[in-house]
Amino acid sequence: MAKITYIEHGGRQHVVEVPNGQSVMEGAVKNNVPGIDADCGGACACATCHVFVDESWLAKSGDKSSMEESMLDFASEVQPNSRLSCQIKVSDALDGLIVRLPASQH
Amino acid sequence: MSGSTIQRVLIVGAGQAGGETAQRLRAGGFTGEITIFGEEPLPPYQRPPLSKKYLAGEWGEDRLLLRPASVYADEGVTLVLNRRVVWIDRTAKRIRLEGGQELPYDALVLATGAKARALPVVGADLPGVHLLRTAAHVEAIRPRFVAGAKAVIIGAGYIGLETAAVARQLGLEVTVIEAAIRPLARVTSPEMAGFFLDQHTAQGVRFALSAQVAVIKGQSQVSAVGMADGSEIPADIVIAGIGVAPETALAELAGLNVNNGVVVDRAMRTSDPDIYAIGDCCSRPLVHYGDRHGRLESVHNAIEGAKIVAAGILGQQPPKEEAPWFWSDQYDLKLQIAGLFGGYDHLVQRGDMAARKVALFYFARDRLIAVDAVNSPAEYLGAKMLIQEGKSASPADLADPSIPMKDIAAKARAH
Ligand SMILES: Cc1cc2nc3c(=O)[nH]c(=O)nc-3n(C[C@H](O)[C@H](O)[C@H](O)COP(=O)(O)OP(=O)(O)OC[C@H]3O[C@@H](n4cnc5c(N)ncnc54)[C@H](O)[C@@H]3O)c2cc1C
Ligand code: FES
Repeated sequence: MAKITYIEHGGRQHVVEVPNGQSVMEGAVKNNVPGIDADCGGACACATCHVFVDESWLAKSGDKSSMEESMLDFASEVQPNSRLSCQIKVSDALDGLIVRLPASQH
Repeated sequence: MSGSTIQRVLIVGAGQAGGETAQRLRAGGFTGEITIFGEEPLPPYQRPPLSKKYLAGEWGEDRLLLRPASVYADEGVTLVLNRRVVWIDRTAKRIRLEGGQELPYDALVLATGAKARALPVVGADLPGVHLLRTAAHVEAIRPRFVAGAKAVIIGAGYIGLETAAVARQLGLEVTVIEAAIRPLARVTSPEMAGFFLDQHTAQGVRFALSAQVAVIKGQSQVSAVGMADGSEIPADIVIAGIGVAPETALAELAGLNVNNGVVVDRAMRTSDPDIYAIGDCCSRPLVHYGDRHGRLESVHNAIEGAKIVAAGILGQQPPKEEAPWFWSDQYDLKLQIAGLFGGYDHLVQRGDMAARKVALFYFARDRLIAVDAVNSPAEYLGAKMLIQEGKSASPADLADPSIPMKDIAAKARAH
């Protein structure tokens, strides 16, 4: 279980407990956090689950696969800390994680 | 009807399209009543994992659900499950449920999806013969879907091939029977079909192509599939993936315009302006393809329909249509498709089939109309963007993997 803070583009914060094994994307979608569309449901097929991982959590959130990297390359407003949230697996090590959401997923 | 007079929205079908409609309505500020009726026991769930991670046992039911059941109550959305809507009275603007109860609507959304076609042969009702459309179907499949069992999959479309891949992964013996001369005959080019045929063959899947099933044999349960040429393929379990038929019964009874799907306009309105139809059950204008009508079976289409209907009911600007998109996961191959390939006259290959990283771009004359991208997300996203914007790309550039896809797309967009 990890407590994750999602910060909407407008600044609103949502703190959610997400079970281990689920993805950071699922934590948002299943708890009605707006701002992550996740059209493909986590199949790494849509690039509508883009988040910015707080710099202090970058190392712990794991590496991007080359698949994810190429998908992100086409997202709007990509930054070095951009991730597809469906590709970040939740574990105890991510307790306290902070992610920020972009203005739009499309 | 103007947005402000709509107080009661009834949604028929608790699938992805129905569930998303309720969510989008609330997200957009709709404060009236929303009720979703669904025939299945589960709240809206995702079907794609049914032939992927859910079938493989990697995902449980909680991850299948689009959102937990509690969220609907939190949002003031009434979910009525295990109940079929049987009648629409368009004059009185009421629907009738199985059992007789009637309810009024201001706006009605048909999100009734599609039904898997049953095998039209004797023996199709034997225990061990299955369809794969619902979570309940997968539960029924599981006990016989075990290592060492002989699985016969009838129909080599995406669902059939995904099922074959999971079956091999779990250690079943797998034969795929297909009536056409190649797998994926309706959905992709011979070149891409050949690639997937080779991949499955390398994984130990046997294929019977141009093959007709005549009968399913067995005493108390399935034991073999009897072919039209007299041969027999032994089977402990048979899974048929021979396509779906849109669920249009309600619309037909109500006298709505139906033609391979409930016919809708760009706002997803049926021939009755108070009734919308979205998702697998509708036939909609394909705006990137000269507005001809077509029926799509995809998550993209379900979600987009929901967004457009919600915007319509709220009197808001609808989103711009995306190029149709789809994906399929088989083994470690991720196929991503954008656009519709039908009517292509030539294709351009980028990448290498042997390296299992390849994209095929389909052209109608000089226009890019679709891409099939295997483990090639940049090619998929780049082409999707171009198709959406009605832009093409230089075939020579596309065929040259040393030019990054992003640069090709940027150049094409600047044109
Ligand atoms: C195994 C499988 C794998 C797939 N894989 C992919 C994929 O990888 N990518 C992709 O994009 N798409 C995929 N799809 C397609 C995608 O899942 C569908 O296009 C999508 O689910 C359609 O959503 P829908 O809401 O229109 O219909 P459905 O999901 O079919 O939902 C309709 C619901 O309405 C109910 N219903 C019908 N009539 C009534 C009535 N009269 N009263 C009450 N309830 C009623 C039905 O029981 C059903 O629950 C897959 C589909 C399947 C089956
Ligand atoms: S949910 Fe589609 S790529 Fe993450």
